[in-house]
Amino acid sequence: MKTFKSGGVHPPENKISQSAAIEVLPVPETVTIPISQHLGVPANPVVKKGDSVKAGQLIAKGEAFISANVHASVSGTVQKIDEVADSSGYRKKAIVIKVEGDEWEEGIDLSKDLVKDITLSPKEIVTRINEKGIVGMGGATFPSHVKMMVPEGKKADYLIINGVECEPYLTSDHRLMLEKAEEMLVGIRIQMRALGVEKAIIGIENNKPDAIEHIRSLLSDYPGISVEPLKVKYPQGAEKQLIKALLNREVPSGKLPIEVGCVVHNVGTSVAVYEAAQKNKPLVERVVTVTGKGLKSPSNFLVRIGTPVSALIEAAGGIPEDTGKLVNGGPMMGKALTDINTPVTKGTSGILLFPEQEAHRKPVHNCIRCGRCAGICPMGLEPYLLAVLAGNKKFEDCEDENIMDCMECGSCLYICPSGRPLLDQIRTGKSEVGKIMRARHK
Amino acid sequence: MNILTVSGSPHVYTEESVSKIMYGVVLSLIPAALVSFYFFGLAAIMVTITAVASCMFFEYIIQRYLIKGPVTIFDGSAVITGVLLAFIVPANLPLWMVVIGSLVSIGMAKMTFGGLGKNVFNPALVGRVFLMISFPVEMNMYPKPTSFSTQLTDIVTGPTPLAMVKEGVAQGEKVSDILPEIPEYANLLMGNMGGSVGEISAIAIILGGIYMLIKKYITWEIPAAYIGSVFVLAGILWLIDPTYYVDPFFHLITGGLMLGAIYMATDMVTSPMSRWGMIVYGIGCGFLTIVIRVFGAYPEGVAFAILIMNAFVPLINRGFKPKRFGEEVKNG
Repeated sequence: MKTFKSGGVHPPENKISQSAAIEVLPVPETVTIPISQHLGVPANPVVKKGDSVKAGQLIAKGEAFISANVHASVSGTVQKIDEVADSSGYRKKAIVIKVEGDEWEEGIDLSKDLVKDITLSPKEIVTRINEKGIVGMGGATFPSHVKMMVPEGKKADYLIINGVECEPYLTSDHRLMLEKAEEMLVGIRIQMRALGVEKAIIGIENNKPDAIEHIRSLLSDYPGISVEPLKVKYPQGAEKQLIKALLNREVPSGKLPIEVGCVVHNVGTSVAVYEAAQKNKPLVERVVTVTGKGLKSPSNFLVRIGTPVSALIEAAGGIPEDTGKLVNGGPMMGKALTDINTPVTKGTSGILLFPEQEAHRKPVHNCIRCGRCAGICPMGLEPYLLAVLAGNKKFEDCEDENIMDCMECGSCLYICPSGRPLLDQIRTGKSEVGKIMRARHK
Repeated sequence: MNILTVSGSPHVYTEESVSKIMYGVVLSLIPAALVSFYFFGLAAIMVTITAVASCMFFEYIIQRYLIKGPVTIFDGSAVITGVLLAFIVPANLPLWMVVIGSLVSIGMAKMTFGGLGKNVFNPALVGRVFLMISFPVEMNMYPKPTSFSTQLTDIVTGPTPLAMVKEGVAQGEKVSDILPEIPEYANLLMGNMGGSVGEISAIAIILGGIYMLIKKYITWEIPAAYIGSVFVLAGILWLIDPTYYVDPFFHLITGGLMLGAIYMATDMVTSPMSRWGMIVYGIGCGFLTIVIRVFGAYPEGVAFAILIMNAFVPLINRGFKPKRFGEEVKNG
């Protein structure tokens, strides 16, 4: 079975919510919709306090090249535009809407009927994806339409669909592949048309045999698409590792997947592309896994963007008494939340609850130079060395040691028997090296 | 509900810890210990207990009264140094010498450099080499193996197989005339020969090594490169003149090679980080071992070989980096 060759770890999978079917979460009383839910420049609000909006209506426009539109996920009145702490912990501008009824913008097809025929031209598809605010739903939230525009002189020959879900605990992509497989497959065909590629591969780790089986049974209607089971290994869902695993192509340091003829999109993104292109529906809801060992009923919810995390936890049985940490995303790359009312955004793949005794780092001991961090680094870096160099403020040396190749997958900190804060120091180093590099370009 | 903890990702951590690894290594040494207790009796047990106790004692004294910092004697690293030091001295070594060896191992080789993880040289080997230079007579009287005995004094001693070959050849004898005086290879493999406490049984040590490989306390590169290069170099010499040079298999199963290649050279703290670094280091150890064994003044070269290569580790780490992802583009 295929996997990427060098490095990687295998934390306990803990996919406790994998058999919980997707449930529609009721619309909350108010939603808080940040104007920056994507990588790149924040969108500009086009509504003001007191405006009444419908679900699916544009409320903030992405005007820069790397930006994304934001739509109202509910109907109601704009209560305020305020600074609210998002999953990063920083206070950022957000549009707060008081919910009144559930009225949708005209022209949006809310029926469940599958629309298979693709009528849009490649150019129209990219425009539509841009209009509807689609971003990468695996967590990195890169605006999808930018990825669909192949730069001059480059050519894509493969569309890679990321159904790996290598993060422990998370099951939202798994459920989508089981419950919205046809929508996803049409979405993939749409993306193939936009990119002009003949071949698409869906990479799925073999801890989801039911999803592999199910999608394979539908493939006869969707030419050019294949499914490739992958050996379970973290971080296989990282673009570069996934391409390496599937095609044995290695994206050069500092370059994008298109360099080796690939474009990578997530399963959730493909479903969103389907809804945008075939149903005219913007990205206003997503599937979120709510899970944790102490939680009464770990679930997968279809949630309106902007719903407070507390509403999801309530619906999954309420917050356990001994909860010590909330994480937005998976346990390896997710961000610890500062507030239980943080809103769900386009990149929220899961909400994870840790009991108090699992909420803390391990005690830190001396580095015993075991070399495990270097052995498991999927980018072939030496985390122990980078951490020391960054700690000693030797940032030029950090750059020479390829610190910018680090994607912060967290494998080094996970594996360290001495509990050393390797990734924390590397992050500091990356931010300083970034400053040095930007200064050089000026 | 409690106050929420906020920390950078990741939020899950391996179950492995420093002391789990250390005690895991101690566990893997049990077969070798049992063999030596069988052949060398109570004397071997006494040496082992003395070494472990004094290593922990000296670490405690130094951390408590000299450094005045946290005391970490139960993290298992002092225990390993003690066991390994005991394993590479003769079973009938006077116990006060064992205590001095422990002081050098812990005090000079480990704590002087800053304690666990900071030392350049393998502490147990430094202790052994110190003892070898200070007490050459006692360090060269190896008890002959018997079945378990409680005798502590007047033990029959004799040279190790390596020393017998070296002396014999120096006196003009042929290897084929010397070998009949040495136990058969099958016996040597089990550990029925003169030698240090824990180094005698290649089979018991390999068993421990397999356990450590499975538990990922060591990787295959260093032992394979070390043992492989000893075999190849000794084999070349043997092919050149089998009357003068002993066969390569003999080199593998006698002396401290197995213990050195599997337990000493693989010491995490004092060995290289990258795969190719480890291979180069292992080959260096093998080369130096054969050079010292065959051409040097001592019959055994494992301790010196590893210590010399320890000194090269920072350079090796600089020169042999892991292969960076995306460094050389391979498509297909």
